[in-house]
Amino acid sequence: MANATTTPRRLPGSLDTNRSLATWLSINRDGTVDMRPGKIEIGQGILSALTQIVAEELDVNLERIRVVTADTAQSPNEGTTSGSRSIEESGMAFRYAAAEARELLLARAGAKLGVSLEQLSVSDGTITSRGGGSVTYWDITDESLLQREATAETAPKSHTLHKIVGGSAPRADIPRKVTGVPSYVQDMDLPGLLHGRVSRPPSAGAQLLNVDLDEVRAMPGVVAVLRDGSYLGVVAEREEQAIRAQRRLARSAKWRTVAQLPEFDPRYLLKLPAKTEVISEKKDANTTASGATLEAEYSRHFLAHAALAPSCAVAVCNGGKFTVWSHSQGIYLLRDEMAPALGVALEDVVIHHMESAGCYGHNGADDVALDAALLARAAPGRPVRVQWMRDEEFMWEPVSSAMVVKTRATLGKDGNIASWHFDVWSHGHSSRPGRGPGSNLMSSWYLEKPMQRAQTGNPPLPGGGSHRNAIPIYDYPNQRVTNHLIANPPIRTSSLRGLGSQTNVFAIESFMDELALAANVDPIEFRLRHLKDARARAVIEKVAAMAGWKANQKGDGVRGRGIGFARYKNAAAYVAIIAEVELAEDVRVPKLWCAFDVGQAIHTDGVINQMEGGIIQAVSFTLKEAVKYDREHITQKSWDDYPILSFTEVPEVEVALINRPELPPVGAGEGTQGPVSAAIGNALFNAANVRLRDIPFTRDRLIAAIA
Amino acid sequence: MGISITINGRPHAVTASDETPLLYVLRNDAGCKGVRYGCGAGQCGTCMVIIDGKPVQSCDVPVSAVAGKSITTIEGIGSADHPHPLQRAFVEEQAAQCGYCATGIIMSAKALLDANPNANDADIRGALSKNLCRCGTHQRILRAVKRAAIEMRK
Ligand code: FES
Ligand code: FES
Repeated sequence: MANATTTPRRLPGSLDTNRSLATWLSINRDGTVDMRPGKIEIGQGILSALTQIVAEELDVNLERIRVVTADTAQSPNEGTTSGSRSIEESGMAFRYAAAEARELLLARAGAKLGVSLEQLSVSDGTITSRGGGSVTYWDITDESLLQREATAETAPKSHTLHKIVGGSAPRADIPRKVTGVPSYVQDMDLPGLLHGRVSRPPSAGAQLLNVDLDEVRAMPGVVAVLRDGSYLGVVAEREEQAIRAQRRLARSAKWRTVAQLPEFDPRYLLKLPAKTEVISEKKDANTTASGATLEAEYSRHFLAHAALAPSCAVAVCNGGKFTVWSHSQGIYLLRDEMAPALGVALEDVVIHHMESAGCYGHNGADDVALDAALLARAAPGRPVRVQWMRDEEFMWEPVSSAMVVKTRATLGKDGNIASWHFDVWSHGHSSRPGRGPGSNLMSSWYLEKPMQRAQTGNPPLPGGGSHRNAIPIYDYPNQRVTNHLIANPPIRTSSLRGLGSQTNVFAIESFMDELALAANVDPIEFRLRHLKDARARAVIEKVAAMAGWKANQKGDGVRGRGIGFARYKNAAAYVAIIAEVELAEDVRVPKLWCAFDVGQAIHTDGVINQMEGGIIQAVSFTLKEAVKYDREHITQKSWDDYPILSFTEVPEVEVALINRPELPPVGAGEGTQGPVSAAIGNALFNAANVRLRDIPFTRDRLIAAIA
Repeated sequence: MGISITINGRPHAVTASDETPLLYVLRNDAGCKGVRYGCGAGQCGTCMVIIDGKPVQSCDVPVSAVAGKSITTIEGIGSADHPHPLQRAFVEEQAAQCGYCATGIIMSAKALLDANPNANDADIRGALSKNLCRCGTHQRILRAVKRAAIEMRK
């Protein structure tokens, strides 16, 4: 090709956009290896998986590897840690970078020992020649070794040689976390640390009319009170002093409120203007849709991340330059948006990643980082820690959009689905920082010189946002899938685990059961009739065997079982779930079975842990969760207002991994939500002929459906 | 003023004002960062400590209410090098995703097992009903507590 020399070849994963080997790895003379992922730990155990990949390719013991946590000064820019893409992006970069580093070391060793590469073998960094001589990585490494552009021409090991990948090395962070060693950004302590709090308006978009700052300045411990437009904050010596000052500010401030929130029913979406787009269409003139036609409508309320730790950040401002510690999932994008909001150059903001509690998407992490910087500027030279309060997190973090799905399908003569229509209504599922134009950092909208609020949108297909998993994986001869995207969400929305896939898969899989009933075919048999993909069939058959599924077995009026299945994004993890439900005053879920396939499992216990967690969280989403609001405010302030599944309610979960070491690895974090919701809904119908089509399945809805 | 408390066996003179939640004294004055803020309203259990053998949510008690008392935090029951059987069991079962809930849960479980070494599944679930876990690690946590109970009975 004529332009082959000008267009660089595409390299695997994030190596493509960060091509220097030295960015990723250092082989140190002291017998250690530093690895610098741009991806971050959010409780998913990603660092353990990445460490296993590096140890495997380099042939060194795990204990030698040190993970340098991401910061914007020296880590590779890997965008956000989201969408279960970390193994595909960071994992593949490390796999090829480490394989190449090993080859460079072998070349040096060969030269030193005077033998050809075929003579050499490596064990824990010691290179031995068949003839006898040996040398270690640590003897022959130096700064220049990895100062070069990656070629990705060294083939990684064949999976048949893997000794570490696929294993389950204990996670290095757990002993610290369970003994109370400071581990999270919330735990940071620096000399002279001050505590900041923000006094939020009563509702979104409200304008500050007046406030008495002097009475707050006079309070014990108060170091600074900041009013910038409609943005109000306080900095104090002690944390409880900052909280008291915040409460005083809240009492004294007078606001003009403007918020107009929709009715408390996702169907408000159907009444709003939408951008409508047909995203999949198939026509086959040879099939006749001569059987029954069914229609149904499904919905889900707004859903909160509700991380166990409210968002937090620490910042220090010295001479107009900011250093920030943040649990953002995208520290580079955060920096790119923070700098203009603070009116400084990009180089004047350095962000270090620190862990927080699991976040499952875009919560208040980025917003609080700007809060910390704004308040640090009000108390220059001293670090300021800003901890959102629980009510603040519930009222101000972005949430996952409410959704409505309408379906219509007709059976053919053979009892299979001949035509399928699927329409999705939703706001956008992404408003992370850095997706501009405009700003997605909430506090920047309230400043004297406000930043323009950025639009909320969707990641494009094939991954998609509100349309994620809207296109069915099943083979139907005729289908039309339409996405109706509604702009300007009245409640701020962004990404939450799985994005639109939970609702879309819930609708597809519930409707499949409704159609199976109309066709008088067992639900599992009905799915298999429409599925060619062997890996899809394998997880369904496996979960059926695990649960001892008996075709056409009805529940007994109280207990029942149902299935749900999807391939996440139609391109990643295959997940099949069978749920057992029990009808009491509430819907109870005593047991779930899951079979899943993520290609090659890198850290086996890690993916199982993520699957189990995803399943239990999805039970909570399905049975309990909806963001509460009235026509003016988000009204949820505490865990009483937003209950989640408790220890007395959690099901037993049995998980089976179908490992395929010969296939590329994909992420495991997000595939369970839709299948779990559908399996519970289908099990309810199986138990007692009640079909719930609106999530969550609350007691009121259950009573209404039975009545 | 003039309140003193005992934290993990060591006397501590309180400098914060009386109505300050115990949580902030423990975290910010005594350096017990394993006692964590989650809600400040007694609803999530991340701030759990043990006082007089009972699990107490430290966000929900003013420091003046525990004057003269002896408080045990996660830091007082074991360390990474010398873990308590519960901490060891959490490592063995890999009972964490983000781990933010873990320290509070271990304190609730310790209070239970100290009082009732033969606690069964329902007892354990009941004792943890004030602790939330958002990551869905419950099943592993329950396994870890049962494993520790066996260990502690030996
Ligand atoms: S922080 Fe004390 S119970 Fe939540
Ligand atoms: S492990 Fe994250 S909250 Fe329990």
